[in-house]
Amino acid sequence: MDNEKLNLPQYDIPDDIQNAVAITTLDRLYNWGRRSSVWPLMFGLACCAIEMIAAQAARYDMARFGMEVMRPTPRQADLMLVSGTVTKKMVPAIVRLYNQMPEPKYVVAMGACASGGGPFKEGYNVVAGIDKFIPVDVYIPGCPPTPQALIAGLIKLQEKIDKESLKKVRWYRKGPDAVEIPVPILGPDLIDPRRSAEIKQIAAAVKEGAS
Amino acid sequence: MYGKGILKGLGVTWKRFWNTYLEDISWLLSGKKRYFTEEGVKHRASKHARGIFTVQYPEERLILPEEFRYVPFLVYDEGEGGKKEVRCTSCGICAKVCPPQCIWIVRSNDPNTGRPIPEPTEFYIDMDICMNCGFCAEYCPFDAIKMDHDFEIASYGRNVYNLEKLLKPASYYASIRPQNYAREEEARKAKEAAKAAKTAAKPA
Amino acid sequence: MTAPASTQTVDLAARFPGIVTADTRPGYSGFIVEKDKLVEVATAIRDEFGYDLLTAVTAVDYLPEGKMEVVYHAYKTTGGPGLVFRVQVPRVDPIEVPSLINVYPGADLQEREAWDLMGIRFTGHPDLRRILMWEGFDGHPLRKDWKEPFYEEDAKPFKSRWPEGRHVMAEDRNPYKDNLKFPENFDPEKWIPDNDNMLYQSLKRYTMKNEDGLETDHIVVNMGPQHPSTHGVFRAAITLEGETIVGLKPVVGYLHRNHDKIGERNTFLQNMPYTDRLDYFNSMSNNLAYAITVEKLMNIPVAERAEYIRVIMAELSRIQNHLVFIGMLLNDLGAMYTPALYAFEERELILDVFEAVSGARMMCNYLRFGGVVRDIPPYVMQKIKDLVFDRLPAKTDEMDRLLTENEVLVARLKGVPVIDGETAIKYSVTGPVLRAAGVPYDIRRADPYSIYDRFDFDVAVRYNGDLYDNYLIRLDEIRQSLRILQQAVKQIPDGPINSQKPQYQVRVPAGEAYGRIESPKGELAFYVVSNGKPNPWRYHVRPASFVNITCLEKICLGAKIADFVALLGVLDIVMGELDR
Ligand code: SF4
Ligand code: SF4
Ligand code: SF4
Repeated sequence: MDNEKLNLPQYDIPDDIQNAVAITTLDRLYNWGRRSSVWPLMFGLACCAIEMIAAQAARYDMARFGMEVMRPTPRQADLMLVSGTVTKKMVPAIVRLYNQMPEPKYVVAMGACASGGGPFKEGYNVVAGIDKFIPVDVYIPGCPPTPQALIAGLIKLQEKIDKESLKKVRWYRKGPDAVEIPVPILGPDLIDPRRSAEIKQIAAAVKEGAS
Repeated sequence: MYGKGILKGLGVTWKRFWNTYLEDISWLLSGKKRYFTEEGVKHRASKHARGIFTVQYPEERLILPEEFRYVPFLVYDEGEGGKKEVRCTSCGICAKVCPPQCIWIVRSNDPNTGRPIPEPTEFYIDMDICMNCGFCAEYCPFDAIKMDHDFEIASYGRNVYNLEKLLKPASYYASIRPQNYAREEEARKAKEAAKAAKTAAKPA
Repeated sequence: MTAPASTQTVDLAARFPGIVTADTRPGYSGFIVEKDKLVEVATAIRDEFGYDLLTAVTAVDYLPEGKMEVVYHAYKTTGGPGLVFRVQVPRVDPIEVPSLINVYPGADLQEREAWDLMGIRFTGHPDLRRILMWEGFDGHPLRKDWKEPFYEEDAKPFKSRWPEGRHVMAEDRNPYKDNLKFPENFDPEKWIPDNDNMLYQSLKRYTMKNEDGLETDHIVVNMGPQHPSTHGVFRAAITLEGETIVGLKPVVGYLHRNHDKIGERNTFLQNMPYTDRLDYFNSMSNNLAYAITVEKLMNIPVAERAEYIRVIMAELSRIQNHLVFIGMLLNDLGAMYTPALYAFEERELILDVFEAVSGARMMCNYLRFGGVVRDIPPYVMQKIKDLVFDRLPAKTDEMDRLLTENEVLVARLKGVPVIDGETAIKYSVTGPVLRAAGVPYDIRRADPYSIYDRFDFDVAVRYNGDLYDNYLIRLDEIRQSLRILQQAVKQIPDGPINSQKPQYQVRVPAGEAYGRIESPKGELAFYVVSNGKPNPWRYHVRPASFVNITCLEKICLGAKIADFVALLGVLDIVMGELDR
C-alpha cells in the first residue's frame, strides 16, 4: 500500500494518529475485511422488506457486496436492516434482537417508516422512527427505497465503516462492550423503561383527552 | 423412472447456467459489449434476457423510465443573472392533497401591503413521512413540484427538506422528464398565446 | 355499476316478520336484524337461503346517532349477488352482540377484531381476546371518540399545513414528546404487563390427555414474529405433543398500521396510495378493489380503455404474485433460493412495466376514480405484449419443468391435506386455497366486476385439497391469467383513460358500498360508508389473508410441526394486508 493514498481526503485520519502508519494500514485491512462481509439479519417488517428481498435477488445481487448471507439468527448478524414500519407491538422484539447481536453491529433504517414513522406516523400503533430506541447508522428515505437506492444506502454504510479506526471503535474499549437497551413494555401504551419516571410525571400533570 | 423429475429440473438449471456463457460468446462474436453498456443493460431488461440477469449497480444502472418517481422537488426557472424564479405560487394544493400531510408551506406576504404574494417563504417536506405517491406533482396547477429521479439520497441523519434543499432548476427537470417537460411547455405557450390574443383582441 | 337494490333478491323480512326489517336509509341496502334473534336468522340465511360464505364481519360506529352497527356480508359459493344483514345496538357499554361463530366459524377472527378495535362484545365467542393490539391496551381505537396521541383534526387536510405551515414534528405537540398517551396518573412502575398470559391460557383449552389416556406435558413453541419462514412478522403459538401439533393460535398485529383509522381521516382520493401498502405484492389489485368500491358509491362509469388497462395490470400482478408464491413456498420447504430467484427475475420484468406506467415498482397508486392516471405508452404496450405472448408462457413452462415432477417435492407435498371444500367454505376461506379444495368459486366469474365477463377463461380448480394441489393451482391460474391478458391486449380500444376530470376532491353521496375483487390471495373487499363529507365515515378493509388464517388452527391440528411452514405458506399471507 502506498502512503500517498493515506493522505487522500476520504480517509478521515484523526490528528493524533496521523503518523501511526502501522495502525492506519491495519485499520484499512480490518475495515476492508468488515465492509466486505456485512451479514444482514434476515428480518423483514413490511413492504420495504420485499424490496430488500428483491435487492438480494438476481437483478441487484447484494452478493457483490458480500451481503448475501442473510442470517436468521441475530447472533451471526452484523447488520440490522430495519425494513418497514416499526409498530409498538413489534418494537420489544426488535430491541431484543438488537441486544442479541454481537458487536460490531450496524443499523440501517430503510424507508420512510423506519427512519421517521413514514406515512403511518399518525397511527396509534406506530413508532415514529426506530432511532427512538436503537441507534441508526444510515437512513434511506423513500417509500419504498428501490433496490438500487437500498444498495446506495449500503454503500454509504460501507463508507462509514471505512472511516472507523481500531483505536476508536466502541467494542475494543474498556467497559461493557455493548450497551443493553432495556426492552420496552406493552402497557396501556408503549412504555420505554428509560423514561418511566418521566412518563409518571407527565401522566400526573396531563388530563386525559388533552393532547 | 424415479428421479426423472429431478433430472428434468436439473436440466433447467443446467441450461440457465450455460446461457450466461453462450450469451457472452455470442455478444463477443458480434463485437458488442455486454457489460457496462446501455445496450447490454437494456438487453437484460428485455424479453430476450437470458443467463445472467444482474445489473451491476453502481457501475451499471437500470434505465429509469420517464415516469419513475422518488421524492418530490420544487422547480425553478433560471432568470437573468442566475436568479431563481420559483414556480411555486404557494397555492397550497399540494399541501392539501398530500395523503400523509407531510408538506408545510408558509405563504409570503408583501411587507408593504400585507397582501399575500405568490411565492412561498418557507416550504418543507418531511422525507421521513413522504410516501412518494406523486399526488403533489399530479395536482399542482403550476408544474412547480415534480418527482425526482435521484434515489441516492441516503444520509446519516433524518431528512426534513427545506426550500433550499428542494429547489432544482427547470433544466434538470427537462433532463429527467423530457417528454413531460416538452408537453407542459407547449401547453404553457399555447396558454400564453391565447392570453396574448385575448388582450390583443380586447381593444379592437 | 349495479344499483345496491340488487341485494334484495331474498325477502328476509317476509320470512321473519317483526324480527327483520329492510334497511331503508338512502344509499343503504340489506336487512336489519333484531339482536336477540341474530343466530336464528343467520342459520336460516345459511341453510334456507343458501348464503354459505360469510365474507365480512365489521362494525360501524354511528356516534351522532348513538348506535353501533355490526354489518355482515354473506354470499353464495354458487355465485350471484350477496346479502347484507346488520344488527344495531345502542352505543352504551357493554355493547353486546351474539357471536355467529357457531353458524359461520369464519367469523372468529373478524369478531375478535371488532372487539379489539370497536369494543363490541360477542357473547358466546369462546376466545374473545384482542387481536391486533395487545392485551392491556387502553381503549378501542376505531371508536369515533377515541383519539390517538398524534391526533390533529378529524379530517384532512389539516389547517396547520398551509398557509402558515411551519414545520413542527408531531412529537413536539404531544406532552410525552412521542407517539404516546397514558391514562391519568398512570404509574409505569406499578404496571403488570400481560406477557401473553391470556394467549397461553387459551392454548390450555386443548386437552392434555393423549390417546392412551395418559396426561402428558405439552411443549409450547412460539414461531415468530421473527422467524425466517413466517412471511414477515406473523407469529403462531403452537402446542406440541411430540412432533404433532395439538394446539395453535395465530398471534397477529405486529404490523398493525391503523389503515382503518387513518383511512377515515383521509379524503377518498388520499386513501388510494394507502391501499398500495395493504398487500404490497399486488398494489394494482388493491387499487382496483378500492376504486370499484368508491365508484359504486359515486355511481360513475369507468372509461372503456381504462377498464382494459385495469384488467391488464391486475392480471399481471396476479402472475407475479403466484410466481413469487411458488418461489417462496419452495424456500419454506428448504429448496433455498433457486426457484425464488427464477421467480424474482420474471417479477422484475413485470415490475418494470408497472414502473413505466405508474412511476413506482411496488406502490403504484395508478388508478383513479373513473379510470387510471395515465395511459400506457406504446413502448410499454409492446413490452407487455412481449411478456404475455413470449416470455411469461415460456417461463411458466420452465417453472413447471423445474418443479412439478420433482420426486422430492412430490413426496413432500402430495397427500398432505390442507383443507376440504366444505370446511373451507365454513371458515370463509377464499382464493386459490378454496379452489384447490374443489370449490370453483372465483369472484371474476361468480360475481363479475370490471369487464371480466368479456373474457374467455376457465376457473382453475383442483380437487384434492392437499399441498400439491395448492401448488399446482397457482400454475393453472398463471396460465389462465395469461389467457385473459392475451385477449385484453388484443382487444384494448383507444380512447380516453378516465371518465372524469382530474380532480382531487371527489363528491361522494351518502351511503355504503362493499366492493370486492378476486385478488391473487382471495377475496379483497372494501367496505366504505360515506356521509356525504369529503372523508369516508367508515373505511374498512376486508383482507383475504386475515380471513384466510381463520382456518389455520383447524388445518394445523394433527399435522406435523415440520409441515406447519408449508401449511402457512400455501395460505399465501402477506402481513401488510393481514394486520393492516
Ligand atoms: S416506508 Fe413505505 S414501503 Fe417502506 S414500510 Fe413504510 S410504508 Fe411500506
Ligand atoms: S408546489 Fe404547486 S401546488 Fe404546491 S403550493 Fe406550489 S404551486 Fe401550489
Ligand atoms: S409525494 Fe405524496 S406524500 Fe410525498 S409530498 Fe408529494 S403528495 Fe406528499
